[in-house]
This record gives sequence, structure tokens and C-alpha cells, in this order.
Amino acid sequence: MIDIQKITETSRMISDQNLDVRTITMGISLLDCIDSDSDRACQKIYDKITTKAKDLVRVGNQIAMEYGIPVINKRVTVTPISLIAAASQDKDYLKYAKTLDRAAKAIGIDFIGGYTALVPKGYQAGDRTLIASLPQALAETDVVCASVNVGSTKTGINMDAVAQMGQVITEAAKLDYMTNAKMVVFCNAVEDNPFMAGGFHGVGEADTVINVGVSGPGVVKAALQNVKGQPLDVVAETIKQTAFKVTRMGQLVGTIAAERLHVPFGIVDLSLAPTPAVGDSVAQILEEIGLAQVGTHGTTAALAMLNDAVKKGGIMACSHVGGLSGAFIPVSEDAGMIAAVQAGTLNIEKLEAMTAVCSVGLDMIAIPGDTSATTISAMIADEAAIGMVNNKTTAVRVIPVPGKKVGEMVEFGGLLGYAPIMQVNESSSAAMIERGGLIPAPIHSFKN
Amino acid sequence: MKAILTTVGKDKVGIIAAVSQWLATKEINIIDLSQTIMDDYFTMMMLVEVPQANVDFAQLQSELQDLSVELGVEINLRNAEIYDAMHFL
Repeated sequence: MIDIQKITETSRMISDQNLDVRTITMGISLLDCIDSDSDRACQKIYDKITTKAKDLVRVGNQIAMEYGIPVINKRVTVTPISLIAAASQDKDYLKYAKTLDRAAKAIGIDFIGGYTALVPKGYQAGDRTLIASLPQALAETDVVCASVNVGSTKTGINMDAVAQMGQVITEAAKLDYMTNAKMVVFCNAVEDNPFMAGGFHGVGEADTVINVGVSGPGVVKAALQNVKGQPLDVVAETIKQTAFKVTRMGQLVGTIAAERLHVPFGIVDLSLAPTPAVGDSVAQILEEIGLAQVGTHGTTAALAMLNDAVKKGGIMACSHVGGLSGAFIPVSEDAGMIAAVQAGTLNIEKLEAMTAVCSVGLDMIAIPGDTSATTISAMIADEAAIGMVNNKTTAVRVIPVPGKKVGEMVEFGGLLGYAPIMQVNESSSAAMIERGGLIPAPIHSFKN
Repeated sequence: MKAILTTVGKDKVGIIAAVSQWLATKEINIIDLSQTIMDDYFTMMMLVEVPQANVDFAQLQSELQDLSVELGVEINLRNAEIYDAMHFL
């Protein structure tokens, strides 16, 4: 039996409300590519990626065509390169970054993530080398994404790494400010994240796996337009039901992609990931809930409810929910956020509060190019502390733009959008950052 | 493969005829059909069986695009699984 209402609902989600599969991401373990000779290691890496993921783009396009649902990106994540390259004793890992770039281009994918170091408690042999090479590696490649995990609820926060990342971000901005759009600093990084720039393939994962990221802020906003003025529990229920339907679509697409690529299906990450396009905004969902403009009082509460309802709807809909699954609040990628910054209702301090209840952190925020490395480190430390204490992932992707002052606009292009330069607190945090060391894990992490 | 073909747009003479004729030339069988006026728009849903052998979905979609321009309506063809996944447990 044909149910016109239901078919129309799905059709409108796709045609008018920007529902899409944001990414089909293949996670590939590179542990079997480790070699003390880095040339040999890079050859094995290239061969493995171009073999395992050779059909990824074709299958992604085929699914998009057959199911009439846009598949925006096809991506690959790999085992953190600091673990893979450590055996080689190389002085820098540029060669590895370029190999990833070359392999990604050979198979035609949009991004490859995993130029990554995990240092939540301390550095191992490859970590320092990888982190030191980040600015150059990102400046000299096109589609490689990097991440560094500097803390976790279980380990505390590695403040030496936090201090170093402030310097890395400053240095990278001098080479090319766009490099920082491809790099994320995490606390509690997840190992099955299909989204970029922070995706990598964790060592606990299967050899190869398919993860899917679905998005659709516009779908949630459209659903909420039907419950204007009703109590917030009705709003939460509406978000939940919408998230359920969207995640079911993700589950279907992931299952089919996994089958056709002969790879196990991993997780669906239902993240409301905005784009600068009209009607694809998380800020506008919050405004639909009843805020005149995002950033005003009530924003944190509305976002907390949104994030939770998205997770609840997603979890029932799918065999394995993973990744970040919640609401992203990048500034430059969200027309509503950009407007709120320009109007002066949204500032960094409010965004920081919002990151305590959303699924990630300070994301795609342009700051003045003369912001000091220690101030950036202190922003990272604040975010990591929120993540550590609240047992959630937090991240920092700030973009210092040389020569630009507060209020000026900067264009990142494509899905990354554009953003006004935001004011940072100018009082120094240097003496704290220069202390280094480790912030101990919080008491509630001791559960054994 | 079972697929849903949706046609939405301003009502006029010959939409069903033109769509059905195109389906016939592609040997796509109509299993079920429902049609109504929704929000002042002609809205037609067809459950169809697309022959699996030698089906080139890209080609079908491209021809449908041409047909939709010709008729001034929006036509989409999607594997029926996507609707089942979203609306039925």
C-alpha cells in the first residue's frame, strides 16, 4: 500500500530540507603497514588504502543515485600515524602525510583523516615528531586531516601537549591559515568518528569498517515548525522522532555500503552538522525553539535538550550508534551562528558554555592573527577541562587569521563557509600554560 | 528492485500518461498507484518494479530529469527501501 503522506515526508526531507548522508567513511587499520623503513611503510600504506577503498567513491555515488539521497563526501580514516610511523626513526613524518594525500587523490575521496597523535597522558616516540610536523604536513597536503587528543576523563589533561598545540596552531597559521581548518585538538576523542577534521581509525576497531555520518538540521527545524508554542517536552519528542527517521536512513545506507564493499558495518553517527546553505543551520533550530537569536539566555538549555533528544532518537533507530552523534555548533559553517556573531549576541564565552552540552566544542572559530600561542593553549585547556569533567568529547578548531582584526570577515570556501573574526579575552594566561605538566583525572573517573 | 516514483507539480493534462508511457518503454512495471491533490499540487506516487538485469540507474535518472523538465513537474525515483526504513519498524 502506498502511503502518500509518508512518502511525501521523506521526499521533502531530501528535496527541501537538506537531508543528506554527509559522509560514508571507510576506517582502515594501518597496523600491518608498520615498517622500520619508512619508504616501505609508505608503500604498504598506499597499497592498502588504494586496495581496500578502491570502490568507495563508486559505491557512494551508486547509492546516491539509486536511493535518491545525496552522499556529500566519501572519506577514509586510518590508524593514528604517530603509531604507524614511530618504528621508522624518521626525523619528520611529512612523507607519511604526503602518502595519505596521494592515496586519497588516487581513489578520488574528499578527505582522509588520521594524521593523528594520541597524547592524553604523555608522549610516545612518534607523538612529538608527528605534532612538530603538523604545520608543514597540513600546508603541503590538500585532503589530509589531523587531530591530537590531549586529554581524557580517565587520564586527565596533558598540559605539555596543550602548550605545544597552541604553538602548532600559531605556526600553522603563519604558513597558511587554512591549515587550521584541517586540524582538531580533542579531549576524549572517539575512535569511530566519520566526520572531519577529527576522524581517525582507532586501534580497537576492526581491520576495515564502514561508518556513516548523516545530517539534517533543516529536517529538525521543519518538524519543529509544526509544534509552535507547544511545551518543551513536545519539542523534545518531535526532535527524537525526527532523529529516529534520519538515523534509520543512515543505517540503511551504511548497511548497503558495507555489503557492496564487502566490509563490516560499523556505526551511524547522527550529527546535526550545519552547512552555510540556507535552511541547514543548527542555530536556526534553537531559534525555532524560541530564541530571538542564538547566543542569548536560554541557548544552553535549548541546545542541551536538542543534543539529548537527537541521541535518544538515534539510539533506538540503529544497531550501533557511535561517533559524536549530537549537534555540531561550528560558527563559520552555520548561517545562523554567523549572523548571531555579527549581531553581537554570540561570543566565545557563550560558545564555550554551549560546548558543555553539545557533542563537540569550539569549532571553526576565526580569531585575530595576533592571538598569542598561550592564549590559544588556554582556550584548549578550558575546552579539555569541560570534556574531562563532563565525560564527553570536546574539541577546539580555532583559526587565527594573520592581519585580520575583530569584526572583519574571512572566507574559508565551500562547506567551511565564512566567519567574522571573534574577540578573545586579551588578559594573559601565559604563566599557567608555561607550567606544563598534567592536570590529574577527576575523582569521578575512578570507577574500578 | 521495488522503487517509488514520485511526481509532484502543477496539475495539467497528460502527466500520468506521459510518465506511464516512459515507464513502459523502460519495461518498468507499475505495481500500485496513488494520486491526489496536496497543498494545491498534483501528487502522484507509483510503486514500480525496476528490472534488475542491466539496469543503469544513472541513465534512468537522467531521462527522468529530462521528462520532469518537459512536463514542468518534479519527478524522483528512489529504491523503496528508503521509505520502509524511515517509516516502518
